[in-house]
Amino acid sequence: MTSSSSSTTTSNNTTPGGPSLMETLFQRTVDDLIKGIRLHNPGSAQSSFISKSLDEIRREIKSTDLATKSIAVNKLTYLHSLHNIDISFAAFHAVELTSSPIFNFKKIGYLAASLSFSPSTDVILLLTNQLRKDLTSANVHDVSLALECISAICTVDIARDLTPDVFNLMTSSKNIVKKKAIACLLKVFSQFPDAVRVCFKRLVENLEKNDDQMLAATVGVFCELCSKEPRAYLPLAPEFYRILVECRNNWVLIKVLKIFEKLAKLEPRLAKKVVEPICDVMKRSEAKSLVFECVRTIVSSFYEYEFAVKLAVGKIREFLLESDLNLRYLGLQGLLIVGQHHLWAVLENKEIVIKSLSDVDRNIKVEALRLVMSMVSEDNVVEICRVLIGYALKSDPEFCNEILRSMLLTCSRNVYEIVNDFDWYVSLLGEMARIPHCQNGEEIEYQLIDIGMRVKDVRPELVRVGRDLLIDPALLGNPFIHRILSAAAWVSGEYVRFSRNPSEIMEALFQPRTNLLPPSIRVVYIHSAFKVLSFCLGTFLLPNKDANSSFSNLVDMEPGFTYSESEQEFTETEHGANSSSLHKKDMFTRESIANLLTLVITSLTPLADSHDVEIQERVRNLLGLALLAQQEISSHHEQKEKRIDWVGLKTYILIRLVNGALSEEFGPISSSAQERVPVPDGLVLEENLSKLDSICADVQLPISEKFSLVRPTYLPTDGDSLSSRQNEDESETSPAESTSLLAEHRKRHGLFYLPSDNNKNASTSFLPANDPDHIDKDVEDLVKLTEESLVLKRKPNQARPRPVVVKLDEGDRHPTIAVKKIESNDDLISGAVRDVLLGNEPLSQSNQLGKPSGRKKGKAHAKVDQGSELKDNTENSETGNSGKRRSKHRSHGKEKKHSDSGNNVEGREENGKEKSGGRHGRHKAKQSGGGIDVVDQKQVIPDFLL
Amino acid sequence: MGIRFILMVNKQGQTRLAQYYEYLTLEERRALEGEIVRKCLARNEQQCSFVEHRNYKIVYRRYASLFFLVGVDNEENELAILEFIHLLVETMDRHFGNVCELDIMFHLEKAHFMLEEMVMNGCIVETSKTNILAPIQLMDKAS
Repeated sequence: MTSSSSSTTTSNNTTPGGPSLMETLFQRTVDDLIKGIRLHNPGSAQSSFISKSLDEIRREIKSTDLATKSIAVNKLTYLHSLHNIDISFAAFHAVELTSSPIFNFKKIGYLAASLSFSPSTDVILLLTNQLRKDLTSANVHDVSLALECISAICTVDIARDLTPDVFNLMTSSKNIVKKKAIACLLKVFSQFPDAVRVCFKRLVENLEKNDDQMLAATVGVFCELCSKEPRAYLPLAPEFYRILVECRNNWVLIKVLKIFEKLAKLEPRLAKKVVEPICDVMKRSEAKSLVFECVRTIVSSFYEYEFAVKLAVGKIREFLLESDLNLRYLGLQGLLIVGQHHLWAVLENKEIVIKSLSDVDRNIKVEALRLVMSMVSEDNVVEICRVLIGYALKSDPEFCNEILRSMLLTCSRNVYEIVNDFDWYVSLLGEMARIPHCQNGEEIEYQLIDIGMRVKDVRPELVRVGRDLLIDPALLGNPFIHRILSAAAWVSGEYVRFSRNPSEIMEALFQPRTNLLPPSIRVVYIHSAFKVLSFCLGTFLLPNKDANSSFSNLVDMEPGFTYSESEQEFTETEHGANSSSLHKKDMFTRESIANLLTLVITSLTPLADSHDVEIQERVRNLLGLALLAQQEISSHHEQKEKRIDWVGLKTYILIRLVNGALSEEFGPISSSAQERVPVPDGLVLEENLSKLDSICADVQLPISEKFSLVRPTYLPTDGDSLSSRQNEDESETSPAESTSLLAEHRKRHGLFYLPSDNNKNASTSFLPANDPDHIDKDVEDLVKLTEESLVLKRKPNQARPRPVVVKLDEGDRHPTIAVKKIESNDDLISGAVRDVLLGNEPLSQSNQLGKPSGRKKGKAHAKVDQGSELKDNTENSETGNSGKRRSKHRSHGKEKKHSDSGNNVEGREENGKEKSGGRHGRHKAKQSGGGIDVVDQKQVIPDFLL
Repeated sequence: MGIRFILMVNKQGQTRLAQYYEYLTLEERRALEGEIVRKCLARNEQQCSFVEHRNYKIVYRRYASLFFLVGVDNEENELAILEFIHLLVETMDRHFGNVCELDIMFHLEKAHFMLEEMVMNGCIVETSKTNILAPIQLMDKAS
């Protein structure tokens, strides 16, 4: 780095536009800039210093002196990458530097380009020529600079124009160049899939060599390619197999294992062949990273091979027993994957899992929690939830909610599939609400109401749970629980007929602390009070048979059944009276009703003038009813007759109508219900409205959630947003004497520096992190507790059969969204790969490559979003030409196709050489059409497999 | 892509080096760095070195006052990345001699050159310290 030692501020007396000689002489170096930034406190002082420096740099950068320019660009690179300053204005100058013959300037230019150019930087176009020049340079370092730059900022144009140059470099005699050319291919392919046809064969050749350096780069490329579309690379299995068996480089082996993890899923015979070598590697290796990769490969792709899984689970157990936290974490992760197919492995290690629930590290706890949830089944859900509630009570708020969230999610999966005893589950929900840290109000609210609507048998218990929640004044103080209280109020109102003591609920709904509730929830309270009052008056006023008819009717009614208010239905079911309602009838005397009315009226009168219109409206409705009832009932009070004829009263008629209306039952509503409404004749949807887009483009429509009782999927929020932020100010001092500062720094943090004589081989050693020795006493107890409860035992007789849970056929809570497959470059790459590998196998390509290549280019181009119209036109004409050219060759392709039947490994090699032949064959295939990939793929590697 | 980004951040949460292997806008970078720093720096020595964030896995390790954070795909091998971080630190150590935050600050471009030798397109391509440092030493000799 060039460094002039002056840090004097530049004089400002120059004309704007170009730097003066003075400025050039006294230009701040990068070091000066960094020191200056550190001198100023973060915040406004620092940003004003940066903007002042930027002004200077803007002048300096225009200098004709490349040294000045390079320093300016270097400073900008620093500001861009560490202070996120937009330096797009300097893009051209960076390109200018790359063309300098002086290596250091060139390097600074390329670094600025690599770090700061975006796909839409327009001067990238200017860079292409320079890149080509450097790619053909005799100096290896120039070449590698260019390759590095391509791998960072490659665009479609660069990839298309420079593919031949990169291709040439793949046979370079200089390892450093060759390796980088290989690594850079990944980017080139992704931008320009047709490059595969040119370079793929040479890439494959590198798999066959025993040079670790090349192998690492090549395998890295294949690993990435495979992760996108593995099927295309099945024919290369023999090469990968050889590497797996012969290679001793751990970095390479890890990548190869990843490739096999993908391939084995596609080809069972391949799995059979490689499972043994993978086990060998696992047994043999000292390096934890490699062992873990073997474990992960086996448990995710080779889970059918019992012996391999046993071995892997053994290794996982070793990891779990390590003192190193990282290994324990990975062990748990491995266990989670095994658990999907081999639950026994999780159960075998359950003590460790449960113990990990109270680890200091939140990540480990979360993994352990996932594992515990994976063990849940309908037989042990009650016990596990009991244990987890115990943990939730002891955990920090964040993890506590994590536990609650997983419980809620697991239990509600597939419409409460694993819940048999809903009475238990509902009371569990009530219990969760009472956990002080509970922040899952929304989900609990949803489930309480959802269960109420779906499961008829649980309603009495639900009302009891709701009552307990409502009646507790302490809960009203916790805003996180308000949503749950809202559900409790709704449930108590809707199913008040199951309540033992409706007046008690009424009192709870009007307790003074309800003024702590937000209006939206108060509204629910008031409406529930309306339902309770209607019920009480109904029980009191209506003759027995009538009062009961409305709800006995209800109980028989299927959800979704529209209730008809006809008199006939009332009388039809009139004999449905039961003892509980008789009891209730006795419960309400005229005094108790009068008290109830007084309670309603006195509590609501102050709210009648509420500012919230919703509250006001509902209060007025309820007050209207209550006042009328009070008037009429108390006037009859004077008559001393024992039996009063209520039938003539307005209240009587009103209540009868209201109860009729309220008795209509809610059921779960499919989220697709709206779609099923037939479109009326004459209404043309989706017409002309597209024109509105131009008008409404800027208007953001509010997303409404109120149309359906089924609300959108509840996603867990990122709890970390609450975690405290470290707010330390920069406490560093100015590095006036940087050497002494360095020394001091080292002294202070000596612990963290590497020991001076580190002979360990990086790829075979693994450094353990600090291990914490901590296990709480009470954890032990819980482990014991869970040991008993986690045993998978089927209860011989369930106390009672599972109640009916109403399910919808479709559009239930988690609507499945059809994932539209988007044609991406990845498909094009794998298509091209197949083309090269199976050049003469026409059938296999018919599906993948049935698209004209013009479309490919267009697509790839659009993605980059830089095409001016003019360029697009030229592009199209180009591809059009190539299309014509290709079609001329069709007749040749036909002959080739017939002569070739290369199905084996040797054949593949040959195919690669006869690339052009394969290409023509492909076009032929396009015409013949109709073939299935899978069948053809299997023919490709039989020699290797059998 | 295996490695998505490499960050070096000091104890105060200031970024000292940022290398991305996929294009993110400045806004996205700023947000991402902020979130990650908040998440990782709050953790202590007794906690493991892996953090899940968005769709990334962050593998990190602290050396002196510097945190080395590597954002990887979910598929990537965490232990290998830890080894990679260690290799990176060893390489810097060999070049700077007991590397520290200030070395990286004042020689940011050299740190980038080392990374360029080690990682391309998010794939680790070179693991030999001698090979990584050869071009940089040549450059030092030249200037």
